[in-house]
Amino acid sequence: MNISHVSRRDFLKASGGLVVTFSLRAQGPVQGSPEMNQLDSWIAIAADGSITAFSGKEELGQGISTAQQQLVAEELSVPFSRVRLIYCDTALTPDQAHTSGSQSHPANFNSSNLAQAGATAREALFRMASQRLGVPVDRLTASDGVISSGSKSVTYGQLVEGKKFSLALDPNAKRKSPKTWTVLGKPIARPDIPDLVTGKFEFVHNVRLPGMLHGRVVRPPSVGASLANVDEGSVAGMPGVVKVFVKKNFIGVVAQKPWQAIQAAAKLKVTWNPGPALPDPATFHDSLRKLPARDALMVDSGDVDARLSGGATVLKATYLHPYQMHGSMGSSCAVADVQGDRATIYSATQAVWYQKSTSAMILGLKPENIHVIFRRGSGCYGVNGADTVTYDAAILSQAVGKPVRVQLTRKDEMAFENYGPAYVIDQRASLDAGGNITTWEHESWSPGMGNRPGTNRPGNIITGSLLGFPPAEFAPRPAGPAPARVNNNSNGVPSYLAQVTGTVQSGRVVTHAVGSPFFTGPLRSPSRLQNTFAHESFMDELAARVKADPVQFRLRHLRDARLKEVLEAAAKTANWDTRPSPKPGNRKTGMASGRGAACVLYEGDNGYTSLIAEIQVDQDTGKIVVKRMVAASDVGPISNPDGLRNQVEGGALQGLSRCLGEEVTWDHEKVTSIDWHSYHSLPLGFEVPKIEAVLINRSEGEVMGAGETSITLVAAAIGNAIFDATGARIRQVPFTADRIKAALAARA
Amino acid sequence: MAITLKVNGRTHTLDLDPATPLLYALSDDLQLNGPKFGCGLGQCGACTVIVKGQAVRSCVTTVKSVEGADITTLEGLGTPEKPHPIQQAFIDQQAAQCGFCVNAVIMTAKAFLDKNPKATEAEIQQAMSGVLCRCFTSARMLRAIAQYGKAAAR
Repeated sequence: MNISHVSRRDFLKASGGLVVTFSLRAQGPVQGSPEMNQLDSWIAIAADGSITAFSGKEELGQGISTAQQQLVAEELSVPFSRVRLIYCDTALTPDQAHTSGSQSHPANFNSSNLAQAGATAREALFRMASQRLGVPVDRLTASDGVISSGSKSVTYGQLVEGKKFSLALDPNAKRKSPKTWTVLGKPIARPDIPDLVTGKFEFVHNVRLPGMLHGRVVRPPSVGASLANVDEGSVAGMPGVVKVFVKKNFIGVVAQKPWQAIQAAAKLKVTWNPGPALPDPATFHDSLRKLPARDALMVDSGDVDARLSGGATVLKATYLHPYQMHGSMGSSCAVADVQGDRATIYSATQAVWYQKSTSAMILGLKPENIHVIFRRGSGCYGVNGADTVTYDAAILSQAVGKPVRVQLTRKDEMAFENYGPAYVIDQRASLDAGGNITTWEHESWSPGMGNRPGTNRPGNIITGSLLGFPPAEFAPRPAGPAPARVNNNSNGVPSYLAQVTGTVQSGRVVTHAVGSPFFTGPLRSPSRLQNTFAHESFMDELAARVKADPVQFRLRHLRDARLKEVLEAAAKTANWDTRPSPKPGNRKTGMASGRGAACVLYEGDNGYTSLIAEIQVDQDTGKIVVKRMVAASDVGPISNPDGLRNQVEGGALQGLSRCLGEEVTWDHEKVTSIDWHSYHSLPLGFEVPKIEAVLINRSEGEVMGAGETSITLVAAAIGNAIFDATGARIRQVPFTADRIKAALAARA
Repeated sequence: MAITLKVNGRTHTLDLDPATPLLYALSDDLQLNGPKFGCGLGQCGACTVIVKGQAVRSCVTTVKSVEGADITTLEGLGTPEKPHPIQQAFIDQQAAQCGFCVNAVIMTAKAFLDKNPKATEAEIQQAMSGVLCRCFTSARMLRAIAQYGKAAAR
């Protein structure tokens, strides 16, 4: 099929499956994304009645494609299997920016975009049927793609006749009520799993184009190092080597076969000028406090200093979080075919449209001549290497004029990805004689460099930076006044302040963004996980100080009914033993058991969640075994309860891995956590706790995100359980055995 | 040089450097999607295949060393239409998120359980301790493995 002349209709007619290889040989621009406000951009009904939906939110493994198919099937009253979904192709699907931030449900399942397209299409079909059958709309019913009056009926295919709707999305089209759902809301099995478990599924790693060559990049020893010399003669005569490509600090090798490229890249003699020395890891967290900062005031009631100094009981604590990485199981891969002024790119990016505009900058081509097609990569939880390896493949394909596949090494994946940032968080609060919190102050320092590339910042990730594009500029500045309306998108404001979901009137939240020696970016629950670890741990410290039960103490300081309900639901399922921590009667040696709780309204408006963890601590070795995790969730009407459970369970266990072992490490010149021996992920076969997902379903209201809820609470719930078991408070993630032993030794 | 590989019951003669890791012969020359590059260091399991009943990490196994041996990949177990019982167990338990690790998990578990059909939960856990799933679908995957184990033990 010829891409320049392909319309979305042609595509629908011609493509039997989702995988279509386009030819680049024609002239003229690549088709752009269709209009967001047009029904035809989202839904097409073929003459045979089959339905194709188009979405700008992609399947990364979170189950969203299944839920989107259910949504369209529900709104159009057809079985799930009747709907085909095409997502994230810059020539075919609406531009919905990123698939990220637990935003796919809010974006596509409420009253706009795909959901509204479904409702608009259904109402349009009913109007057409009414006209065709001569029966008023309110006497018609739809089932299985047939609209019927009882005596007369007509199919969707007959009504549409393979034509366009030519309608704008109708903001007043009525969504079906969750009370009447028959497809949405059901635990429909994911259609991709049979292909995944039999090896039929095509990841981006498995895209194979005719004449495709294999590239390998040669990275510097560290961020900031610059190229001194490349000795191309060092690989001369090696079998299969097609090209050594050097541009500024970027080096790549292209060969006929993968093993040839790997060997050539390893043998290529390169000399680097070292980058700036890295900060001392031992004093790194403290050093952040002294760096030039970009400050922000999220909340300020104006009376915090007075309350903290007025002779009240004051508690202070500092919490530390490391840099952590996505550490995707498969190192990142992309395939690009750049010929002349045009490019076709297969990428596992979370943002095909931004990949299109920034690849254009990398290649020096017009964005309209670039076609980016999403193909699933290895699990991505923000910005892994998917974007950077896409630039690698694109620039190497341009260099040789042939399709090129690039996959990163494990080390290059881990040493240069955009890490989830480190944090230092100071907490201060005062308590009155009745054991109530009277003020709460939160102050954080967090280092950042780069981020997602967005529309025009390819230098925010390593390949763009090596090719000479700078990362987004970091400009220190003092804080402005606190905004009139609090936005708690970062979970920076503790839940217990009245400005958000709590009862405490007095509070101040200050953030300091500082520079980072490593690239950073969103990693599942970015900043929220770190902030909530500090808030929910500190809340436990406050409860213990006044000898209050940690759940009751939370409920007493919360105002939001749904947040209270979600916490109570987990406590009920966990059979929570109401009493203060630490657990009375536990001995100070050997095994001790305990339980901990945490809760939050994610991003201030995107998912109510609570978690209770039951653990055992071996006080002689510092080893923790988590026995049980009860994770409650209220994210509005549930699209697919099994998909939601899968997200809640996976989030809880990923959170456990991040809390117990994961930490980016470095020496004076380079990152040293570069494989699975030096970066400590829990393996599949650890002592997996019993996980219970408690799902609170709603039959009305808005849907919220669910991908980042449970993970946000794990470190606090585990830390609180350690305190309950042992009386020792651990304030630094990850909770390694050494840190736990140190905390145990420091007990009063 | 000419290397003969027996993969999923078919014999292929390929012109390869004998030091080539088996993974590249499978994924590039034979265009199989099951075995995957995860780390290239034998640490994660993504590249696992079964050779003579044993789970082998194909990223650190040369083609020369397995010449002529029976090699089974994920594709060799079953198809979406006719999945192998262990593949069916993963479908039944909906045991996947991104699915990149599924090859590692299924091939390692199958090789282990076929040799140790009466393995305890703790022994299965031990057998899976060198395999990663970074989406942490662990609970479902261990349930799927147990489902297959129970059926295999009968």
